[in-house]
Amino acid sequence: MGAWLTLVIFLPAIGAVVLLAARGPEAAKRGALVVTVADLLCSLPLWWAFDRTTATMQFVLEAAWIPRFDIFYRVGVDGISLPLMLLTTLLMPVCVLCSWRAIDRRVKEFLVSLLLMETAMLGVFAALDFVLFYVFWEAMLIPMYLIIGVWGGANRLYAAIKFFLYTLAGSLLLLVALIALYFAGGRTFDIMKLMEASYDASFQTWIFWAFFLAFAIKVPMFPFHTWLPDAHVEAPTAGSVILASVLLKMGAYGFLRFCLPMTPHASLHYMPFILTVSVVAILYGAYMALAQEDLKKLIAYSSVSHMGFVTLGIFVFNVQGVEGALLQMINHGVTTGALFLCVGLLYERTHSRMIGDYGGVARPMPVFAACVVIFALSSLGLPGTNSFVGEFLVLVGAFLSAPVVAALAALGIILAAVYLLWMVQRVVWGEARPSLERLPDLSWREAVTLVPLVGLVFWIGLYPGPLLAVMHQSVEHVVAQAVRDSLPGGGHQLVQWIAGRGTGP
Amino acid sequence: MDRGKGDGTVSGDLSVVLPELIVSIGACLLLLVDLMLPHPSRAWLAYLGLLIVGAAGAATIMLGAGRIEAFGGLFILDPFSSYFKLLLYLATALTILLSIRYLEIERIHLGEYYAFLLLATCGLMVMVSSGDLLPIFLGLELAAVSLYSLAGLNRHDARPIEASAKYFVLGSLSAAIFLFGMSLLFGATGTTQLEKAATALAHGHGGPMVWLGMIFLLAGFGFKAAVVPFHMWTPDVYEGAPTSVTAYMSVAMKTATFAVFMRVFLEVFGPIKPQWTAWLIGLSLATMVVGNLAAIVQQNIKRMLAYSSIAHAGYAMIGLIVGGELGMMSLMLYMAIYTVMNLGAFGVVILMRRAGVQGEQIGDLAGLAKEQPAAALAMLIFMFSLAGLPPTAGFVAKFYLFMAAVDAGLAWLAVASVLLSAVSAYYYLRVVMVMYMKEPSGPIELAWSPSAVTALVVILAVTLLIGLYPSPLVSYTQDAVLRLSAHP
Repeated sequence: MGAWLTLVIFLPAIGAVVLLAARGPEAAKRGALVVTVADLLCSLPLWWAFDRTTATMQFVLEAAWIPRFDIFYRVGVDGISLPLMLLTTLLMPVCVLCSWRAIDRRVKEFLVSLLLMETAMLGVFAALDFVLFYVFWEAMLIPMYLIIGVWGGANRLYAAIKFFLYTLAGSLLLLVALIALYFAGGRTFDIMKLMEASYDASFQTWIFWAFFLAFAIKVPMFPFHTWLPDAHVEAPTAGSVILASVLLKMGAYGFLRFCLPMTPHASLHYMPFILTVSVVAILYGAYMALAQEDLKKLIAYSSVSHMGFVTLGIFVFNVQGVEGALLQMINHGVTTGALFLCVGLLYERTHSRMIGDYGGVARPMPVFAACVVIFALSSLGLPGTNSFVGEFLVLVGAFLSAPVVAALAALGIILAAVYLLWMVQRVVWGEARPSLERLPDLSWREAVTLVPLVGLVFWIGLYPGPLLAVMHQSVEHVVAQAVRDSLPGGGHQLVQWIAGRGTGP
Repeated sequence: MDRGKGDGTVSGDLSVVLPELIVSIGACLLLLVDLMLPHPSRAWLAYLGLLIVGAAGAATIMLGAGRIEAFGGLFILDPFSSYFKLLLYLATALTILLSIRYLEIERIHLGEYYAFLLLATCGLMVMVSSGDLLPIFLGLELAAVSLYSLAGLNRHDARPIEASAKYFVLGSLSAAIFLFGMSLLFGATGTTQLEKAATALAHGHGGPMVWLGMIFLLAGFGFKAAVVPFHMWTPDVYEGAPTSVTAYMSVAMKTATFAVFMRVFLEVFGPIKPQWTAWLIGLSLATMVVGNLAAIVQQNIKRMLAYSSIAHAGYAMIGLIVGGELGMMSLMLYMAIYTVMNLGAFGVVILMRRAGVQGEQIGDLAGLAKEQPAAALAMLIFMFSLAGLPPTAGFVAKFYLFMAAVDAGLAWLAVASVLLSAVSAYYYLRVVMVMYMKEPSGPIELAWSPSAVTALVVILAVTLLIGLYPSPLVSYTQDAVLRLSAHP
């Protein structure tokens, strides 16, 4: 199965190379669709074959890459990375479909960038070697820069360079950190071995801050979020979907995969700081979303708010919080991605993203309106939809370790209801504007992009059991590792307290 | 050390310098052939040049991986020098391939061009194989004089003349300084031979004279490698010289200089390394800061690449500062990769030069992706490689440098240089931005030619291949590091 996982990762890249030979935009689109759907189908067996009773890495494949420096091509998945990989493979056909008409120049190049992006993203989630991880992590910047910069909106040059430099500065610090870990962890880049090793407290502090900067920029956490609204607004729809649904998850994935297991002591020490920043992000993002006139900006700020829940859940150090955070990552990927798709559909019809230009869209486009309402309700965490489960778990976890933080974070949900419902009211309901009366409803192609996401919203919302079962062992393992490793540092009562209340019966 | 040391037999020694003989005699032969060839078939001279370089390469490979000292220690053949010689052959061959069409357009397609190129290469080869300060100087001057002439080869234009004159005046000054440093070192240690000087220094023959000598030598090397504050000539000369010459200078001269820099500083001044480390750290930081910041504001792409090459010298110095096996290896790897990717970037600039069009402004690249997608894609990869992004070779180069720095406890220097390389991404990306995100002002024709295409395809393949599978090059480089003999 290890080779199968490798196939899933590299199939899009192979497809990209083949696509270079495609003649004409139509052939390229069909080719890209075939490749992404094939990759989705290839990734499904991973879900069935995944052993839910263990926290060890599965489908591992190892091959020498630079053996003299103990650098290997080493991939595998566990309950944390598998859902994220499947989310990626699911969203990529959607991205291709939503670009069908929205991208009208240099179509082939766009699709090649998209496919290269997919390989890099899947590689980030599957890499078990730090150098391999870093290569995928950084390689992602190049196609994303092009997607925003070439196919973006009016202010795309500024947004693209801002995105690139922001992320690059953070990642380069990650590079130094991973080299430092190599020497401190016994001259290996094996992520699993580096997790097992223990590092002294001051070293952990340095590594923690390097990790923090790299991942906090990617998430993005307040106050590193300023690139996000620009990038989202300027990116084409597919770019926005990838950014919101997958790229932002990588920061959170980094926290979960590296920060907690490798720098547990420092993570615990700076937990109050991270929790504070997360709550600020939740409230600030929501508050900013209230004031936005641009639909994409509104959703971008809502992302800042929602990702605040994710970092909050990760750093409360208990199974409920982390599991909720992981679920919230998936949920945010589904829901926010879908909202960006909806904005894209509107934009294709009217060429405006301003809330003020809309009103009564439900009359000409009833199916579309239903979808928007579903995703908006999901985004604000209505029970029965996916986000409810995730946010609920995060808040439960937060209440166990920091009740005040949880109370403040809950305010964010209320604010989310305000800005989302208000947005729905202004755009979807009300009197239809004369100029909008003749808008066509969803075509088949467009419906196909939205329907699977609607399905996920309700599936996770009503029956999250199977998804949680995949995650559970790995999450428990990470939390146990973090809590255990931070204990010898001097008997933190806090840790025992959290461990007792969080993971106890 | 193993064989041939001090036996003094000329016949035995000559085989050791076979590559140098091939290149220098080849250069003279080329001049003779030039006289016999009719003007339109000058391209044959280029192929002859390639043949000579290829023969030298074969000779170097044939001579094997042992260590041989010849001419009483003046000349050393070791894996370290062979590594750099192979790099020089690669740089020369690629330069020749990139030159042919360009020279026709510039109307300087002369036999002398190839002869000087080979002579410069020969000088640099002598340099990297020197076991003594005298042949270092000899090689340095042979290369420098050839390059002065090459820089001013286009005598119908004011810019190359100015570049050549500037290069000559400042280059001579630096040579004098270098020579003075040599004499001071000779005064302090009583020898010009590197190994003996190292032994003398290891036994405590230090003092102010050694210090002064070292600083003068540092200035000499700094000038050739374009290290701040000895970099002033670089942008002007790089801009004024014919682009193919600039490409050659920016890689070959720098590479060979760093090889000698390593040999002299790690071998001779190795015993007093703790004393000069701080100096070199200061120079390295200054070089990275000035190079990267100045590159941001450049409008001419040759000037931008000049400042970028200054910045790269700053990164490369980290390997020298760290020293040891990992430090040397990272610097050698850096030079190999820098050679390839920088030639690639200049190669695309060379394509931009058409009859009547300079094509040197960054703005001239506007819309290249639409007009010439293949060239734009190549340039994109070179730019990302120069910025050090995976999966290109540039990442591998930077990765090992930072690794060496962290290993030596200089993590702060690694952090400083990664942040500066984030700055560098800004100006490299500007080129990408102009090519991909601006509209062309009109149709862009490029000076394609089979030879240039061959060169660019090779460069592109190497850049990506090293980026994706660096293992063979890493192993090869690691096996070629300098074996320091006089001290542990």
